[in-house]
Amino acid sequence: MSSSPDLNVRHVARLARLALTDEEITTFEGQLGRVLEHIEHLKKLDVTGVEPTAHTSAVFNVTREDVPGTSLTRAAALGIAPRSANNLVIVPKVVE
Amino acid sequence: MDLAKLTISQIQDGFRAKTFTPSDLLRTLELRINAAEPTVQAFLSRDFPEALKLAERADVSLPLGGIPIGIKDVINVKGQPCTAASQILRGYTAPYDATVITKLLAAGAIPYGRLNMDEFAMGSSTENSSYQVTKNPWDATRIPGGSSGGSAAAVAACEVPASLGSDTGGSIRQPAALCGCVGLKPSYGRVSRYGLVAFASSLDQIGPFARTTRDCALLLNAISGRDAMDSTSLDLPAEDFTAGLGRDLKGVRLGIPKEYFVDGMNPKVRATVETAIKQCEAAGAELVEISLPHTEYAVSVYYIIATAEASANLARFDGVRYGKRAEAPKDLMDLYLRTREEGFGSEVKRRIILGTYVLSSGYYDAYYLRAQKVRTLIRRDFEAAYEKVDAIVCPTSPDVAFPIGERTNDPLKMYLADIFTIAANLAGICGLSVPCGFVEEGGVKLPVGLQFLGKAFDETRLLGIADAYETVSGWTKETAPL
Repeated sequence: MSSSPDLNVRHVARLARLALTDEEITTFEGQLGRVLEHIEHLKKLDVTGVEPTAHTSAVFNVTREDVPGTSLTRAAALGIAPRSANNLVIVPKVVE
Repeated sequence: MDLAKLTISQIQDGFRAKTFTPSDLLRTLELRINAAEPTVQAFLSRDFPEALKLAERADVSLPLGGIPIGIKDVINVKGQPCTAASQILRGYTAPYDATVITKLLAAGAIPYGRLNMDEFAMGSSTENSSYQVTKNPWDATRIPGGSSGGSAAAVAACEVPASLGSDTGGSIRQPAALCGCVGLKPSYGRVSRYGLVAFASSLDQIGPFARTTRDCALLLNAISGRDAMDSTSLDLPAEDFTAGLGRDLKGVRLGIPKEYFVDGMNPKVRATVETAIKQCEAAGAELVEISLPHTEYAVSVYYIIATAEASANLARFDGVRYGKRAEAPKDLMDLYLRTREEGFGSEVKRRIILGTYVLSSGYYDAYYLRAQKVRTLIRRDFEAAYEKVDAIVCPTSPDVAFPIGERTNDPLKMYLADIFTIAANLAGICGLSVPCGFVEEGGVKLPVGLQFLGKAFDETRLLGIADAYETVSGWTKETAPL
C-alpha cells in the first residue's frame, strides 16, 4: 500500500473559499484519501517526452473581429443579482 | 395510437398526414407527465401554457417543427429556471438562451421542461440532485443513472419523445443505457456549449436522448455547428447525420477492446453485450480484437482533470452577481465562504476540494500535468485503434441500474461506474449507447446498453452503425412497463 498523500482539507477549503464543518473535513479526508490512493498508480507510468493534452479541439488562440455586438442589457444582468442599487451590484464593504 | 410512445419520425408522419397537431401531442404528453411524475420525478419544473403557445404556432414544415424536447436543468432557456439541481442557483431565471436552444427554436422544436440531474452534473445516479431523486422507469426502486438521469428517465417514461443532456464522463450514455433509450455524446467541438453551466470545459459536450438512433441524428442535425460564442466549437463542412442510416453492417470493422471486458462487471451484462456483438457479426460486421492499453488509467486521469476544471469553473458561484447569497455576511470573505457552504451539496464540495488540491502549489506537476500527459497516451490508444477499425463496440456500463442509496457513501465505487464511458471524453471522440437487451435482477427486467465509439467527427458513420444494429436487434421497440 502506498501512503496517503498529505491532503489538508481545512487548508484547501480555505483556498477554495468554501466553509466546511469539522465533520465534513473528517469525512472528506477519509474519502479523498482513498481516491488519492487509487490515482497513485499514474505515477508508475513513464510520461517522459509526452506532450500534455489540455483539450482535444484542434483550434488554438481563437479570436473574433473586434466589433461591438449585442449582449445582456444592464437591466437583465442586474435583475439576477442578489442585491443591486444605483445600477451596481451591492457587496459588503471591501475597503475601509 | 398512443401519441406519447411515438418516435420523432412517427410524430412527423402524423403531423404531415394531419392525423394530429403539435398541440394534440403536447396535451397528450402533459397528461402522461401528470400520470408518471409522482413515480418518476424526472422534471424539476415545466411551463405547459408557455409550451402550448409555441405548439399552437409551430411550423411543422421545419426540421423539428412542433416536437417537444425536454431540457437538462444545466442548459439556459431564457425566462426559465436553470438550477443545475443546486441550491446555489435556486430562484435564478436564465436571462438568455443557450446556443443549442436558439438552434432548436430555429428548427421549430419546443423546449419543454427542466429535467433533473446530479448537482452540476457531478454524479452517476442523479441522487446528487439537491431537489429530488429521479426513479428508473423500469424499476422505481433503482436509479436512472446520471448525471443526465432526468433526461433519460423522461424519454424512457414516454413523457417526451427526446431530450438534451450533457456528457462530461458518460452522463448521456450511461443513463441512456440504464433507462433503455438511445443517447449520443458528440465529438468535442461538434456542439456549442454556450449557455451550458460549465463543469469540466475540456470534456463537456451537449447531446441528445431519444427512442431511436434516427431521432438522435435528427437532433444532432439541429444543434451542431460552429458558434462564435464557444471558441472550441469547430467550423466543419455541413453534414446530414441521417446520411448513414438505413444501411447494413456488411464489411463494417468493429473493434472489441479486451480491456472493456473485465472481472468485476455484472456477468449477466457481459453476456448480454457479447450476444449483441455476435448479432453484429451475424449481420455482416467483421470483429477485430483490439487493445486500448491505457484504459486502466482513464478513471484516475478523469477525476484529476474534471475536478481541477470544475474547481475553476465553480469559482464563479460566489454569491455576488447571481444565484444565492448567504444572509448577513460580516465581510466579503464571509460572504464567499458561507454562500458556497450553504449553496453546494456534498459531492460538489468533495470535487471542489479535490480539484483545488490537485491544482495547488507543489502538487500541480504531480497530479494535473501528469494527468494531461496520460490523457495524451489515452488519445493515442484510440488513434491507433481507428487505423484498424471503423468503430469500437463495448458495454456502456459494467452494471445495470443499481438500487437507490446503494453507493451514495462510497464515492470511489460510484466513480468506477463510469469506467467504460470516460475515455471517450478524454479522447474527444463521439460515442453512443443503444439498447441491447435486458437482464433480470430480483424478478425485474432491466435494460442494458451497447456502446459504439467512433473517431472524432465520424458521427454520420457511428449513427449508421448503431442504426443498423438497432434494426436487426429491435430492442428500441421495448418501452418501460410504467
